[in-house]
Amino acid sequence: MNFVAPDFMPVLPELFVLTMTCLVLVVDVFLEQRQRHITYGLAQLTLLGAALLTLVTYAHAPVTTMFGHYVKDAMGDLLKLFIYLSSAAVFLYSRDYLRRRNLFKGEYYVLGLFGVLGMMVMVSAHSLLSVYLGLELLSLSLYALVVVDRDSPVASEAAMKYFVLGSLASGMLLYGISMIYGATGSVDLQLVADAAGKQGVDNLVLVFGLVFLVVGLSFKLGAVPFHMWLPDVYQGAPTSVTLFIGSAPKLAAFALIMRVLVEGLGSLQGDWQQMLVILAVLSIATGNLIAIAQTNIKRMLAYSTISHIGFMLLGILAGTPDGYAAAMFYTIVYVLMAVGAFGVIILLSRTGFEAENIDDFKGLNDRHPWLAFVMMMIMMSMAGVPFLAGFYAKWMVLQAAVNVGLVWLAIFGVVFSVIGAFYYLRVVKCIYFDKSEQSELIEISLDTEIIISVNGLLLVVIGLYPTALMTWCSVALLN
Amino acid sequence: MLSELPLLSLAIWFPILGGVAVLFVGDDNPGRAKALTLTVAILTFLFSIPLFTLFDSTTATMQFEELLPWIPAFSVNYHLGVDGFSMPLILLTAFMTVVVVIAGWEVIQYRIAQYMAAFLIMAGLMIGVFAALDAMLFYVFFEAMLIPMFLIIGIWGGPRRVYATIKFFLYTFLGSVFMLIALIYMYSQSNSFEILDFHRLPLSLHEQVLIFFAFLLGFAVKVPMWPVHTWLPDAHVEAPTGGSVILAAITLKIGGYGFLRFALPITPDAANLLDWLVITMSLVAVVYISLVALIQQDMKKLIAYSSIAHMGFVTLGFFIVFGIYRHTGSLSGATLGIEGGMVQMVSHGFISGALFLCVGVLYDRMHSRQIKDYGGVVNTMPVFAMFMVLFGMANAGLPGTSGFIGEFMVILSSFRANFWLAFLAATTLMLGAAYTLWLIKRVIFGDIGNSQVAALEDVSTREIVMLGLLAAAVLLLGVWPDPLTSVMHASVENLLQHITATKL
Repeated sequence: MNFVAPDFMPVLPELFVLTMTCLVLVVDVFLEQRQRHITYGLAQLTLLGAALLTLVTYAHAPVTTMFGHYVKDAMGDLLKLFIYLSSAAVFLYSRDYLRRRNLFKGEYYVLGLFGVLGMMVMVSAHSLLSVYLGLELLSLSLYALVVVDRDSPVASEAAMKYFVLGSLASGMLLYGISMIYGATGSVDLQLVADAAGKQGVDNLVLVFGLVFLVVGLSFKLGAVPFHMWLPDVYQGAPTSVTLFIGSAPKLAAFALIMRVLVEGLGSLQGDWQQMLVILAVLSIATGNLIAIAQTNIKRMLAYSTISHIGFMLLGILAGTPDGYAAAMFYTIVYVLMAVGAFGVIILLSRTGFEAENIDDFKGLNDRHPWLAFVMMMIMMSMAGVPFLAGFYAKWMVLQAAVNVGLVWLAIFGVVFSVIGAFYYLRVVKCIYFDKSEQSELIEISLDTEIIISVNGLLLVVIGLYPTALMTWCSVALLN
Repeated sequence: MLSELPLLSLAIWFPILGGVAVLFVGDDNPGRAKALTLTVAILTFLFSIPLFTLFDSTTATMQFEELLPWIPAFSVNYHLGVDGFSMPLILLTAFMTVVVVIAGWEVIQYRIAQYMAAFLIMAGLMIGVFAALDAMLFYVFFEAMLIPMFLIIGIWGGPRRVYATIKFFLYTFLGSVFMLIALIYMYSQSNSFEILDFHRLPLSLHEQVLIFFAFLLGFAVKVPMWPVHTWLPDAHVEAPTGGSVILAAITLKIGGYGFLRFALPITPDAANLLDWLVITMSLVAVVYISLVALIQQDMKKLIAYSSIAHMGFVTLGFFIVFGIYRHTGSLSGATLGIEGGMVQMVSHGFISGALFLCVGVLYDRMHSRQIKDYGGVVNTMPVFAMFMVLFGMANAGLPGTSGFIGEFMVILSSFRANFWLAFLAATTLMLGAAYTLWLIKRVIFGDIGNSQVAALEDVSTREIVMLGLLAAAVLLLGVWPDPLTSVMHASVENLLQHITATKL
């Protein structure tokens, strides 16, 4: 039997990230604490290099490699670029935060980069096996990251909860995968799709597998009723880690759904559409209602994430190319908003002070008008007010739902987005209408300030001219 | 040469960019920020004047059109243009912005640059609402207005400002999201977001009724019509003077404008079917809200309720046309209804804005809005008393002031539909006079109420300028309304032709 080496060119960015991560791991061992910024620099360099490689090899037509387990296509490449971008922002925002808390260690960056690699694998997976591998690589990195501050009991509890529930979800996913393998005889998504198309929807084992798969995915996404871990993890983890969990992995999760449900099991759309409708309705309702009662802003944003996941599912369940493009646009915009929101939270934290409560935002306009403005833009964008990117995201998914006749679902969505606007407004109220209880200056390094400004302004720019990003999304999904 | 400039874009983006510039000047340079704001506001008004002078009032087609693709994926265009309905409202907006900037000149001490910038941005967005010919562009401007107004009420407002501003935001937001669904639905039917394409889009009665309710919800909250008016008294009372003026003078008009631009022409059959509903709501506003205004103890609240009652006239005028058409079979009287509603909108913009400014003048001196704290103001502030009495008379609909024209036209046209409708509407002449004149009597006339009133100083030059501008406008429109009615005449005729032809 001859061994034919697969084509490694399409996985060049992945190989680069893997090599660099190992290099960071080794180099970091030889560094003293005061030289730790070298680790940080290397990590950013890795992301930059990966971005360049992805850009240079940008796939205009899909290429499969690794014996069908891996695909490089435009959707994957676009998502990867945003994964690098948001991860780079995460590393930057958390740098000073980590340093002030004596958490400025190589582990954070190594685990973060392995997480990025996991996401890249998820995004480009073309078989159920590689989907699972990527997901686990990401999840295991995240479990460890949550407890990066190992002396914090809250973080330990959150990590434990995350680990147990996450493992359960992985189990469900594997069980679903094994059933699908049993029904179709393959894990390659193309072959699964062919077999599923031939057998039709009557195959009980296949549908059974689909149910487990959707349950597993919902766990990872944090869709209601599988969301219980999400608020605890968001609140318990150090803000720098919450920032990471809350941003780039959502892009990977979107890709996961696209690969498995749409590419692999597209012929079962009638089945998974109903499941996603239930998940979307519950997520939008629960997320928005419970967020109102929160006083901790990280927990509030966790529930807000849940509701945004619901909206994103609205686009996917429409089951049309427009709907997928809308969901992709939604996810990208959401990640930009989440990175910005947690970024502002992290910048408000100082040595010995953790900005966690909505009240910590009181009077921000008096203390730092520009940061206040950025945070207001992010909140208004999350609420879906126009001239901000969040509005177009909501509009596109609603339009996708209306186009396939799900008008009631769109009405449900907008009603709850009005309810949701309340808690975003409450943050703006604290920033602008209340007087500050603290007088300490907010210290922000110049590079962070530039990036947070760019982050906030990007929402306005996309809001004024959403066409570019919309086109990228729909073109990426076409081929 | 002037007509080749993109005047509408200029009127929208110049104040918005000016507002951003004012933000950058910052609160550390209040003098420079104020001067810049006033310059931008006056220039914006000057840019909007050619819209009036170059306007061709013989045609109902859109003028000063600008068309650029904006979001081609969903065929959304940056499409601007004005007709006889929107052009006067754009002028009103630009004019009131100047007045508001003057009004806030010395009064606002806290974060003056942010205050001024908010009003400039607000002005640009409101002009955008009136100029947009693409439904999505309209919606975007319509919603974006919420942010500056939310901040204006919340930062510079009174003691209960947080409650008032969140209520304002959520009410309006809830009203408009249904409109968004309606717009998306119509896009899925027509593959276009052009408002004029929506006008031609055939829709079944069932669809029309649902879309009509979506519009009704969105615009009735904005107008505001009874029973969704409760945000207005709160917002008005808590807002700073400038905020109240803009709310009353312009944002309420957007609701009325929305009926003319969307609800009536897009869903004529549903509007015909359900005109009784809107007319009932309008008459409740006219009669019941007038009675509510009568018992108010707070001057601002009284004027707020009076605004609701006066806006009831506007919606009555717009929807009475179906009754006239059914009753007489001709359109001749119907013109009067819609034109009356439009005149009422513009006139109410001047009068209510002026009354809020008057209350603001008093409040700045006494820090009270309670009627009982005043009395005999005429003795210490004769010039001010003259203005306030003039605006009070205009509010009561005295002939010779702009308040009379609109009300008279609407009442006249309702007579052609139904005597009792007209009778109920005409009670406003009585009730409006009652609550306004009683307010004037208690605040302005009589003996000096207390030592604080005795120490009042009369209006400054700045205040005379802002009140004088409005007084001139009220009187001019009162004796010579023709420039206003003649520019809208062709558009009104066109609209009537359109809405009386069934879409079914």
